[in-house]
Amino acid sequence: MLCEDALERLSVFLDDELDPLVSREIQRHLDACPKCTDALTDMRELAERLRSEMPYYRASSSLRVRVSESAWRAASHSRGTNRRTGATARAWLGAAAAVVVIVGGTWLITSLQRQEGLSSIEREVVSSHIRSLMASHLTDVASTDQHTVKPWFNGKLDFSPPVSDLSRSGYPLIGGRLDYLRGRPVAALVYQHRKHFINVFVSPGEGAANSWTPPRNQQGYHVIHGTHDGMVYWIVSDLNSEELSAFARLLVTDGERGQTR
Amino acid sequence: MTHEGTPKTAGPRHQLSSRDLDRFNECVLPYLDAAHNLARYLLRDAHDAEDAVQDAFLRAIRHFDGFRGVDGRAWLLSIVRNTCFTRLRASSSSENVEFDEERHSVEERAPGPDVDLARKAATESLREGLDRLAVEFREALVLRELEGLSYKEIAQISGVPIGTVMSRLARGRKQLLLALGSPRSKENG
Repeated sequence: MLCEDALERLSVFLDDELDPLVSREIQRHLDACPKCTDALTDMRELAERLRSEMPYYRASSSLRVRVSESAWRAASHSRGTNRRTGATARAWLGAAAAVVVIVGGTWLITSLQRQEGLSSIEREVVSSHIRSLMASHLTDVASTDQHTVKPWFNGKLDFSPPVSDLSRSGYPLIGGRLDYLRGRPVAALVYQHRKHFINVFVSPGEGAANSWTPPRNQQGYHVIHGTHDGMVYWIVSDLNSEELSAFARLLVTDGERGQTR
Repeated sequence: MTHEGTPKTAGPRHQLSSRDLDRFNECVLPYLDAAHNLARYLLRDAHDAEDAVQDAFLRAIRHFDGFRGVDGRAWLLSIVRNTCFTRLRASSSSENVEFDEERHSVEERAPGPDVDLARKAATESLREGLDRLAVEFREALVLRELEGLSYKEIAQISGVPIGTVMSRLARGRKQLLLALGSPRSKENG
């Protein structure tokens, strides 16, 4: 094989997408040709650099909310008005797009309640998470200081939620708010990781056992459920499952070190 | 072969049944990050990328009845890239798409306590080189290196034969290496 022929196929060779016969021929040529081996090394280094140095642009929380909401809206629309014509539906979608976010949030909750079969506390957790982002009502008390956030719940709840300072680990506290899950008031603590928000819903739990579920995917969000130290946790975010698991571990270990007092 | 194809333009549907919604949430929504990443590299602008992804999702919802297979990623990414290419064509007819230093500056990536300046500069020139490539080459490289897709999947998404994917990747890599001035590739032309 000539260098010219080998060089032409190096890129495909690198990706292991060549016919095995041709691949072996190229390998034989490479074994004898330092020049082509250098070219392959260059190409391999380039591939590695692209993977490690170029950022992976994850979708922002607000884009995720908008997109999920479009799907929900299309679904709730179909249940009410299956027989509408395309033109009316287009007009409806256009109008719906202009609806302010708070109304959108109401829509979302209504459509969620209409979900048959899949209605679960997970869905409610995700819905609360989305609503908190959409309605710009992320926090009632906005503070990165746990000693401001924790006392804020005094008198509003009949329990004191653990509040952690995880800023050094890259998960700064943003604040807290009062929320409801299954009709009962819970503490919602908001943490941030890069541009992603994490809602942690906490309420006193019946079971004393400490157990955690692995992250579950619910409508593109990850939800972790666990009990720890007499508290029930629901953790939800659009972070990937590894990062959210890491966060859950931090939350628990921080609590155990007693830094929340 | 489970080629889902691009959505048909005829007979769009604007609603999802609740079963469709579950399937959409399960098969398509998880690839929102991939969709956004691709749009961001194709359009080279954060704001345009968000707009394009939102448009693409509206199209995906409307044409969800055209989704037959299980590979929601390829199906979604094909809609996203078509949306982006339509935008690029529209903007290039009114203005020349030129490299803009400010617009395309490398985003800050959580710097460590002691940032290695030389390394940062190298990353910046890699980014610049990638941004300057023809958009088809950039697309192939992003799908290959950042998304880890096979040639077959890339061909499906871009709507071209596998041979075209091969040559786009080969030429994209060669041009990028030349732009970066790698000593070894210079010798080899």
